[in-house]
Amino acid sequence: MNAAHEIEILLVEDNSHDAELTIRVLTRRHLANKLVLLKDGAEALEFIFGTGAYAGRDTSQHPKVVLLDLKLPKVDGLEVLRAIKTDPRTRTIPVVVMTSSQEQQDLVDSYDLGVNGYVVKPVEFDQFSKVVSDLGCYWVLLNQPLEAPLAAESRPQ
Amino acid sequence: MNPEHEIEILLVEDNPYDAELTIRELTRRHLANKLVHVKDGVEALDYIFGTGAFAGRDTRRHPKVVLLDLKLPKVDGLEVLRVIKTDRNTRTIPVVIMTSSKEQRDVMESYLLGVNSYVVKPVEFENFSKAVSDLGSYWVLLNQTPDAPVPLTR
Repeated sequence: MNAAHEIEILLVEDNSHDAELTIRVLTRRHLANKLVLLKDGAEALEFIFGTGAYAGRDTSQHPKVVLLDLKLPKVDGLEVLRAIKTDPRTRTIPVVVMTSSQEQQDLVDSYDLGVNGYVVKPVEFDQFSKVVSDLGCYWVLLNQPLEAPLAAESRPQ
Repeated sequence: MNPEHEIEILLVEDNPYDAELTIRELTRRHLANKLVHVKDGVEALDYIFGTGAFAGRDTRRHPKVVLLDLKLPKVDGLEVLRVIKTDRNTRTIPVVIMTSSKEQRDVMESYLLGVNSYVVKPVEFENFSKAVSDLGSYWVLLNQTPDAPVPLTR
């Protein structure tokens, strides 16, 4: 639909069971063609900012959505969220926290940091599938992201 | 589902035709029981901040989502968004822009101001209904927001 998005979903999830289920559901809905899975917060930041293993990536190409777990190795989810939302180059990227935590403090912190959405992962399989499916459709198909700038127009602020 | 939200949807829409279609679709999905419809940016801010016609409202009770048009009388949608997202007490309220504008400038401004989501209203009736229905169920049923604090007065 939008050729400018070279990847659509950046899934940041260290739990391999949850990651596999999520990708399976998104694949079934044809939403996983342009999905990148990363397993810790440091990798997520490297991808977003084009550093480390992702040095040289065209960082003006934003995913349509980042699905972000909160409890992550190396750098936790809230810190990843903070880094994305405090940088004017990346704060336009929709970030949705997907977590098993319903703690009020996590909710308040996430919204204070500028999260776009917060979804609690159901434990039960059928509900988990439905939530991932609805979530994927919403952010990939219905939400309008900022289109990638033309290369010549991209300028750091 | 959550008794602490006295209203679930604040719809800010001046076009009566779009408002009617939106409310009809949300009603069909049983999502409009706790909906308040206001028609300009001033009314929206009065509702959110408990001023003017809404003086005395317990403003700690946040809607689950604000559906906000961009082109509004009196105070425009981007200004409403900016005010909500710069106030510590209201910035946790999810705001979704619902507009016919696909202009990248509007999209960029909205995200920079901290909009939670930006949805372009489809022109065609069936698509419009589906978009409203998906949007309503996503923000009312699936998305989580912080609970309102313990009520002050009963």
